[in-house]
Amino acid sequence: MTGFVQTQPIAARTAPLAARYNLFRVLFGDVLSTVSTLAILFAVIALAPKLVSWGMLNGIWTGEGAQCTGVGACWAFLRAKYPFILFGIYPPGQYWRPIALIVIFVGLTLYSLPPKNWKTSTLWAWVIGTVIALALMAGGVFGLEAVPTDSWGGLPVTLILTVLSLGLGFPLAIALALGRQSDLKAVKYICVAVIEGIRGLPLLSLLFIVSILLPLMLPDGLKIDKLLRALVAMTVFSAAYLAEVLRGGLQGLHNGQGEAADALSLSWWSKTRLIILPQAISKVIPPLTNTVVVMVKNTSLVLIVGLYDLLSAGRAALADPAWPAPFAETYGFIALIYFIICFSITRYTHWIERQNLFGVNR
Amino acid sequence: MAFIELNSVNKWYGEYHALRDVTLSVEKGERIVICGPSGSGKSTLIRCINALESHHQGTISVGGTALTSDIKTVEGVRKSVGMVFQSFNLFPHLTILENCTLAPIHVKKMKKAEAEDLAMSLLERVRIGEQALKYPGQLSGGQQQRVAIARALCMQPDVMLFDEPTSALDAEMVKEVLDIMVDLAGSGMTMLCVTHEMGFARQVADRVVFMDAGQIIEMNTPDAFFSAPQHERTRQFLSQILH
Ligand SMILES: Nc1ncnc2c1ncn2[C@@H]1O[C@H](COP(=O)(O)OP(=O)(O)O)[C@@H](O)[C@H]1O
Ligand SMILES: [Mg+2]
Repeated sequence: MTGFVQTQPIAARTAPLAARYNLFRVLFGDVLSTVSTLAILFAVIALAPKLVSWGMLNGIWTGEGAQCTGVGACWAFLRAKYPFILFGIYPPGQYWRPIALIVIFVGLTLYSLPPKNWKTSTLWAWVIGTVIALALMAGGVFGLEAVPTDSWGGLPVTLILTVLSLGLGFPLAIALALGRQSDLKAVKYICVAVIEGIRGLPLLSLLFIVSILLPLMLPDGLKIDKLLRALVAMTVFSAAYLAEVLRGGLQGLHNGQGEAADALSLSWWSKTRLIILPQAISKVIPPLTNTVVVMVKNTSLVLIVGLYDLLSAGRAALADPAWPAPFAETYGFIALIYFIICFSITRYTHWIERQNLFGVNR
Repeated sequence: MAFIELNSVNKWYGEYHALRDVTLSVEKGERIVICGPSGSGKSTLIRCINALESHHQGTISVGGTALTSDIKTVEGVRKSVGMVFQSFNLFPHLTILENCTLAPIHVKKMKKAEAEDLAMSLLERVRIGEQALKYPGQLSGGQQQRVAIARALCMQPDVMLFDEPTSALDAEMVKEVLDIMVDLAGSGMTMLCVTHEMGFARQVADRVVFMDAGQIIEMNTPDAFFSAPQHERTRQFLSQILH
């Protein structure tokens, strides 16, 4: 063929389904997708009627324990018990105080999400906010009735343990990670021993060690709060894991960064604080947020040292003899709260990975 | 006493003898070009001057201060010695302006506004003022190296060390960096440049130093160095790079 002249103009045609809808391609793009889509569809169709009749048609929405006969879901239990599951045995008249703590922590977290708010003043907001939140919970100040930590429970305990173990563990982790890179052999090996020692223990045994051995080792009369003991164990635990994550970031740094700082006569601490750490941390944001998710879920283990976090408060609620102990409904409710927290963190991780920090796509 | 004095400096990397009895003095305002084959110890030599590497024998003094391993002495010397690296080594998480103001603010305790004025004037001087608020990753190699020069100049050093500042650059960017360095030489700055840009050496150097196997083999004015090299090894090297 040598020459070509278009004589018949081509009119625009509608796009085929697969070109128009991404979802269509995902669901029915190839044989495997089609088969799994159909299988899931079938399972949903088979199970949906049972779930609907259990959860909705036969569900008990209001009333007393006697009305829950086991045919349908006992939502009335959650309606009656949700304050206990969320706040444990905290005095019911004072619920606004744990609510204030939740609001403060959630508010500070939301404020801290965008990179433009990563500055020193945000750090101070966390310190002050945490002190206020804990003071409100504990009382004994501002004319508030004192509530001992033995009476704290539910979601606030989960949040306190997560926020404080990570917040206090992070500076410790920085010290451990930097120590691990130290030229001083003694410092280096101590840090390696601490990190690997803690990482070699399950959190469960660490909680037992701190909760049971610590009081034995302390002189008589000096008692450490149960919550504080669990917090110590979780802080040490998170510090060890965060330190390993940070080490990855430190190792990923080009030598030239430290040398350029040295050549400018920056002191070791200025170099570390202004050049090394910001870069090392920003390289490991995804694994750091992953550690946050792990620690949120780990808080549920404090059950074994007699603390009432969200999960243990739920179990305690189920023990009420006036109700037929609807496990599925209660654990489903608690799972939903954990899911909302952890899934949000995961979504945030995806978002932050797509942000181009420092003007470049990473 | 010369501004920089190296006296029989020796340095080892493990068993490898990297600097061998290096003796060199540089007067204030002098411009020295150091050349030599790869691995001959050029980087090691200039990195010893600002204590990025420590030397094992001999003495190094800068501006009358003898370099020891004492951290205050080292930091004092580094304040008066600027350095430009082959791979730029700008701080990627800071803007161009912040790269330049960092050391004046945190080392010299300069006020932020004052440091910014200084930085802007030096960024103008390296003809990159309009990029001040960008990040290093958004600039070309030549632009980044010019920023690196401005960053070092912000500490108002008495001497500038350059370690192959144009070796990592694409051919079309070499000139923009060399132009700045020629400018700087014209302003009377004391300079030690490791470079293979022989045109630059001819144009600005007071002396050319040729190194091989950790030693200074030959040292002369550019005219004498290029037209009448004395040592066999120098002639061999020059014939390789000048064809
Ligand atoms: N950190 C180091 N550890 C071990 N050997 C090194 C180190 N730095 C440089 N060397 C060696 O010292 C010699 C001189 O290196 P260098 O000063 O970088 O040479 P040049 O800059 O002239 O290419 C080379 O043989 C190199 O392999
Ligand atoms: Mg070199």
